[in-house]
Amino acid sequence: MKTRTNCSPQEEETRPSRCPDNSAFKQQKLPAWKPRLTLASVLSSFFLIGAFCLTVGICLILSANSVREIQIDYTDECSDCSKLRENSSNWNKECHCSINFTLKEDMLGDVFMYYGLQNFYQNHRRYVISRSDAQLLGRKVNIQKSYCAPFTTYRNGTPMAPCGAIANSMFNVPLLKTGNAWWTDKNVKFRNPKSYNLSSAFAGKYGTARPPYWWKPVYLLDEDDERNNGYVNDDLIIWMRVSAFATFRNLYRRVSRIRQFAKGLPAGNYTFHISYNFPVTKFRGRKRVILSTVVWSGGRNPFLGIAYVVTGAAATLTGFIITAIHLKLRVKKTYFQKQ
Amino acid sequence: GFDSKIMRNCGKIKWKKTKLDRMMDKLVIIIFLVLLVTSLCLAVASGFWAKTFQEKHSYLSALYKHTTPAQQAFFNFWGFTILLSIIIPMSMYITFEFIYLVNSFFINWDLEMYYADKDIPAKARSTSLNDQLGQIEYIFSDKTGTLTQNVMSFKKCCINGTIYGNFGWMHICGDSGGSGLSWSHQGEKKKLDFHDTTLLEAAQRDNDPVLREFLRLMALCHTVMVEEKGDQLVYQAASPDEEALVLAARSLGYVFLSRTQDTITTSELGVKRIYKVLAMLDFNSDRKRMSVLVRDPQGRIRLYTKGADTVILERVQRQGPHETSTEMALDRFAEETLRTLCLASKEVGEVEYRVWSRRHHEASVLLQDRAQELDKLYEEMEQNLQLLGVTAIEDKLQDGVPETIQLLKLGNIKVWVLTGDKQETAMNIGYACKLLTDDMEILEEKEIRLGVYCHQLSSNLFSHSEILEAYWESNNNLSASGEPLCSGHLSQQHPEPSHQKKRALIISGDFLDKILHKGEVLKEEKRQLWRKLACFRAGGKKKPQNSLVEKAFVDLATSCQAVICCRVTPKQKALIVQLVKKHKRAITLAIGDGANDVNMIKTADIGVGISGLEGMQAVQCSDYALAQFSYLQRLLLVHGRWGYLRICKFLRYFFYKTFAGLLAQVWFAFHSGFTAQPLFEGWFLALYNIFYTAYPVVSVGLLEQDVSAKKSLEFPELYVVGQRDELFNYRVFSITFLHGLTTSLSSFYIALWAFQDHVGSRTVGDYESFAVTVATSALLSVLMEIILDTKFWTVFSFLMVSASLLLFCLFSFLTQSFDAFRIAPVIFHFPGASRNALTDPYVLLVVLLSLVVNTIPSLTIRLYSSIMGKTTIQQKIHLKARRQPEPSVELRAHIPRGSFHRRSSYAFSHQQGYAGLITRGDSLRTKVTRATTPHPLHPGTSSALSS
Repeated sequence: MKTRTNCSPQEEETRPSRCPDNSAFKQQKLPAWKPRLTLASVLSSFFLIGAFCLTVGICLILSANSVREIQIDYTDECSDCSKLRENSSNWNKECHCSINFTLKEDMLGDVFMYYGLQNFYQNHRRYVISRSDAQLLGRKVNIQKSYCAPFTTYRNGTPMAPCGAIANSMFNVPLLKTGNAWWTDKNVKFRNPKSYNLSSAFAGKYGTARPPYWWKPVYLLDEDDERNNGYVNDDLIIWMRVSAFATFRNLYRRVSRIRQFAKGLPAGNYTFHISYNFPVTKFRGRKRVILSTVVWSGGRNPFLGIAYVVTGAAATLTGFIITAIHLKLRVKKTYFQKQ
Repeated sequence: GFDSKIMRNCGKIKWKKTKLDRMMDKLVIIIFLVLLVTSLCLAVASGFWAKTFQEKHSYLSALYKHTTPAQQAFFNFWGFTILLSIIIPMSMYITFEFIYLVNSFFINWDLEMYYADKDIPAKARSTSLNDQLGQIEYIFSDKTGTLTQNVMSFKKCCINGTIYGNFGWMHICGDSGGSGLSWSHQGEKKKLDFHDTTLLEAAQRDNDPVLREFLRLMALCHTVMVEEKGDQLVYQAASPDEEALVLAARSLGYVFLSRTQDTITTSELGVKRIYKVLAMLDFNSDRKRMSVLVRDPQGRIRLYTKGADTVILERVQRQGPHETSTEMALDRFAEETLRTLCLASKEVGEVEYRVWSRRHHEASVLLQDRAQELDKLYEEMEQNLQLLGVTAIEDKLQDGVPETIQLLKLGNIKVWVLTGDKQETAMNIGYACKLLTDDMEILEEKEIRLGVYCHQLSSNLFSHSEILEAYWESNNNLSASGEPLCSGHLSQQHPEPSHQKKRALIISGDFLDKILHKGEVLKEEKRQLWRKLACFRAGGKKKPQNSLVEKAFVDLATSCQAVICCRVTPKQKALIVQLVKKHKRAITLAIGDGANDVNMIKTADIGVGISGLEGMQAVQCSDYALAQFSYLQRLLLVHGRWGYLRICKFLRYFFYKTFAGLLAQVWFAFHSGFTAQPLFEGWFLALYNIFYTAYPVVSVGLLEQDVSAKKSLEFPELYVVGQRDELFNYRVFSITFLHGLTTSLSSFYIALWAFQDHVGSRTVGDYESFAVTVATSALLSVLMEIILDTKFWTVFSFLMVSASLLLFCLFSFLTQSFDAFRIAPVIFHFPGASRNALTDPYVLLVVLLSLVVNTIPSLTIRLYSSIMGKTTIQQKIHLKARRQPEPSVELRAHIPRGSFHRRSSYAFSHQQGYAGLITRGDSLRTKVTRATTPHPLHPGTSSALSS
């Protein structure tokens, strides 16, 4: 049979032979690496992975512990406001509440302020799509065709700017300001309509109007800073970047490191003055303000660190168990061999 | 026309699908149904949530103003269905076909299956059955032209107690050796493998009268027709055996030149002699011999007889040492699975002949009982013979047939031979190709009939008989020995299951007919019994008798090591295949070369056609065309096994990656208020199956090898895996499903928990970053799995894995570029999401964690199973190699058999009456017309039966 496997060359000369090519691919003899799971390699990789995970986990835990974070839940403190606002007829009545809190330790470094919402379904399908990216790019588009409905136009035909449910429900706690939005968002995703000034761009001939829940039109979001006004307002941008979960935190402000705040937030008594706009009690939502410092790994959430430690421990343990099994089996094998 | 015997026997063309293919279809349907149910549940949940959203969540209530919860649920149902529909692996079908196609090409390209002599490569005519080649349990083989070359060659002889031709397979023919024999022609070269110079010299010396008579007999006593084409003599024989004998005689100097109605002209060592044929005492299956009564040129009358040893030896004068040595020679020839014939002659006195001749004439004109009378007369004449010697003819097997069958048997594949030949011939071939061995107990019709009857009776009447017990015993034995096989301890099997009786079944077509069709008859016979029984067992179960008999037969047959069916028609061949398919649910393969095998080839799950001598009809209907039977081992044990392995790995991984990647969508629904919000970016979903994960699995499907081709053939036991559907079945599928489920769960929830209360300067658990994180972790975990799964890393595998990663980066970059967003903000709505997310160390750590969490269990299980040595083939090989240093193919042809069976076969396929034709001159008259056709149809040979 061996002699037949080779096609004789003269045969090919006489007539086109149907002899297949003798190439490595066609004969399925490609050079190949055949890795085998050897005990040594797998075990060493287990211990390596284990060690690595443990290290990372401990680093993460340590860095998370170094984060100073304070959460102020003002849902209950401001429940009166909430009740007031729930009645939609009072939508234009202002309501303020103040929360006092004490910082026992200094918060050194950059201090970020987040607002946290619970049980707020920003990832609701129809909520997520209820926006017009084209409009936010500053283009003149017919928002009637977008998914913004029912927050597109008023009865008189004036379009809302920005349209859609996300913008409409914007959580606004008037406070400080800074550039906290992603560069991408600020410079690519959100553009104001081109005009000589903002108010004319929004309110002009083809005028737009504020969304129904808003206090003020979009071109008045930040009257002091042209670059933070209109669609490129940081608060709007951050709000428009919907959260993946019903419980989420959004970066709101960074504490300006000037004067006594140069090193961060010193210990002491502070008061938040909140003008309460957004009722959450009805859907049992919670509102929080979070002050936190930030390290390379983010904030205080210990999950990742713990998960790494657990995984590392599990990998190492598995390594030990397999070693034990192997040793036991080897004893058995040698026993049989002796027999 | 269409009513011809062949066409009527052809059977129907059926669309063949493999077992895995069918299972895949079922699985896809199951997945589809599960998807619908899941969507429904999620939709119902969304209906309930809609109510809360409408009432309590003020920021959402406007969206629900115009829809009721029921409507919401309805919309969400379709939303979820569309969203989850990506889990139905439609792209799998296309990839699947592609893998099948290339694997078929591999078969076509295989040099080891290329038959250089005839320039025929193997050909996969069907491109969608490759994996089933790895699951064959039963092979139904034709004999002639498939197992054998249909060429008889004169191998050995024993003349006057001396054995000639011992020197084995020297492929030199009389033409080159015997320079003085000008009548030898080139054409003989193929037909004669016999060369023994001592015999040739002895023949030339011409001093041994017995030798002379022996060779003369070979030249005279036959029914071969001769034709002169130019300067060549062309013999046309009804049976290749006879042709081989005449050719052998010719090359030894005794040339059969021509035949008339009552003369035979020969040339003996160059001397022309004309013999007058006085009578031809024809062959029939009872007589098992033929004789010719001639008057030589000197005027002496001689009777030349050849026939089966049993009949000839009874009629021979006892004369001492020569006879015993001849008998020993017979035994030896039989051991070597040669077809033996005894030659004998005697001189007949003139007076004796006259008397006999007259009676013969009288008898031949009798109107009644002529045959019996003639037989009686022949019997009288063929007495007191002088034993000349024994010839041994080899029904030449194709190259490598015994080895192939041995390998296939070791691979737990049962080979059944279905042939149109006579029982003796079939048995001979069975021994020759190691299908039957001497330690087997051979069950023939009578025993089987009892067995089947009793089996049946036992199920009805609880009657006992010896055979029945034996049958059950054998059954129990088999199942007992089958158990260790099943538990995967291949190597730990008893080295030689000697305690277990091996059985072989040999049955004929008539018997099959009785079993398969005449269940009615049985029923009739049983009816009376039934009536009696009815009194005792009122309303006893009425089993369909017919199928019961069938079942019993199939059970019995499949419990045997080898089955040979002789004298079966093409239709019966198909019927047997059908029976086994029906009752055993096994994958069957039929191999044949002639038109008579077409039906069987079409019926079997896989039909293999031998592209040989008998035309192209079998090949036309087959799924695979091979040039040689021996290529079957490579087709099954290498290509089949690889094909099965590849398809199974492919399926398993494809399902896994679909579940692992895309089930996270369902978990997300629980966190988004069941609102069918897609978790992943649309582009990721669209490209996931085609660009991100398909290539590595294609390379596995094309190139994966667990062991090399050489090892596959060395260890045919590995084949068992496919027969037991071990690599992909519902269990494997469920495990795969769970595996995918866990992967998706872990990659989803690790990201979720990591992001939930996370604060950071950049990513704060926003939807886009979350989507990118989950997608990346899932994708990397899935790619890691294929990296672990691939056992055969070629350049392509490396390329494919890196291509997947590169494409992921490339397409993420393209679809998330700012320009794309500016062009169409709605379509490319993830601008810069990956860049933002994946440059954050926190996100990278999340991805890494889920990769580790997903990989470690899979790695552990792999390592564990390799330590415990249950599944790895490598270990089996090592174990086996240690235990069995000698090659596993046992060649035992020359070991003396324990139980002696002499298998003399007067296996001429012609039937009675042919000699009559010659003596009457009928065939001589039609000779002229026949000369034009290359293969004349001889009267008496039934062409529909494979001969």
